[in-house]
Amino acid sequence: MFELSTAVELEGNGAVLVARHAPVGMVTLKAGLNRAISAALKQSTGAGVPPKRKIRKGIAWMAPDELLIFTESDPDALIRELDSRITAPALLADVSDARAVFTLKGRGVRDVLAKGAPIDLSPEAFGTDDFRRTRLGQVAVALWIPAPDEARLICLASVGQFVFDWLVNASQKDSLPDYFST
Amino acid sequence: MLLLKCPYCGAKAEETEFSGGGEAHLSRQKSGSTDAGFAAYMFERRNPKGVILERWHHAYGCGKWFHAARSAVTLEVFGTYSVQALAPPKDIIAKIRARLPEWEEKK
Ligand SMILES: [Zn+2]
Repeated sequence: MFELSTAVELEGNGAVLVARHAPVGMVTLKAGLNRAISAALKQSTGAGVPPKRKIRKGIAWMAPDELLIFTESDPDALIRELDSRITAPALLADVSDARAVFTLKGRGVRDVLAKGAPIDLSPEAFGTDDFRRTRLGQVAVALWIPAPDEARLICLASVGQFVFDWLVNASQKDSLPDYFST
Repeated sequence: MLLLKCPYCGAKAEETEFSGGGEAHLSRQKSGSTDAGFAAYMFERRNPKGVILERWHHAYGCGKWFHAARSAVTLEVFGTYSVQALAPPKDIIAKIRARLPEWEEKK
């Protein structure tokens, strides 16, 4: 889903590689995140509701009543399937076109993100299954670091170009403080 | 810098991830209230040098509103609590009193 070969924009000359992905399948689920919802999710995607502020098997915890489901199959088909399984009041929406998705690769990904996000990005505080909604510069983003030298970030598509340019600028060669990547 | 913990998503962050919503626990003036009462509800806010109870919005995070009790002088945060609460919970009041024994919650 996050292969760099399908990137629509890529900058590889900086301290870390910055890539914007082609649209990724994303479904928002707004509901009371109870056991029934978790069971329905498990049947449809193979994974249930993740713990607070975690991403597990492509399902991200956005808020106490909201999840973001990444999918490689047709989002509309997933929505129909979940809709038939969920009986409680819930909202399902295809947000694939509403969000831009980025990958950062390289030793300094934590340093690049820390330039713009007011959160503790040390490996002890932010592990490989942590998922965090915060800001990058002046815009809202969500980010996670699935592997030591790899970060993923999503934001609203309307600020996608801004975020791409921001990331490229923040990852210029010799500009990293090497705080996390020594 | 003010460090807050959102009671809904549990995230700890500094204040720029949130947006402030002003004084908490105002009681809304209903129809039939006096002009002076409504004007006070609309415009008058306490600005104590000491403990303040405020509403905050986790704007860049989970999107929920919550309450915070903090010191306007030292920026010490005594605690954050549910947006539905009409007053600070007992444990937060105890924390405030431990620091400022004189403090009274204004009604
Ligand atoms: Zn929150």
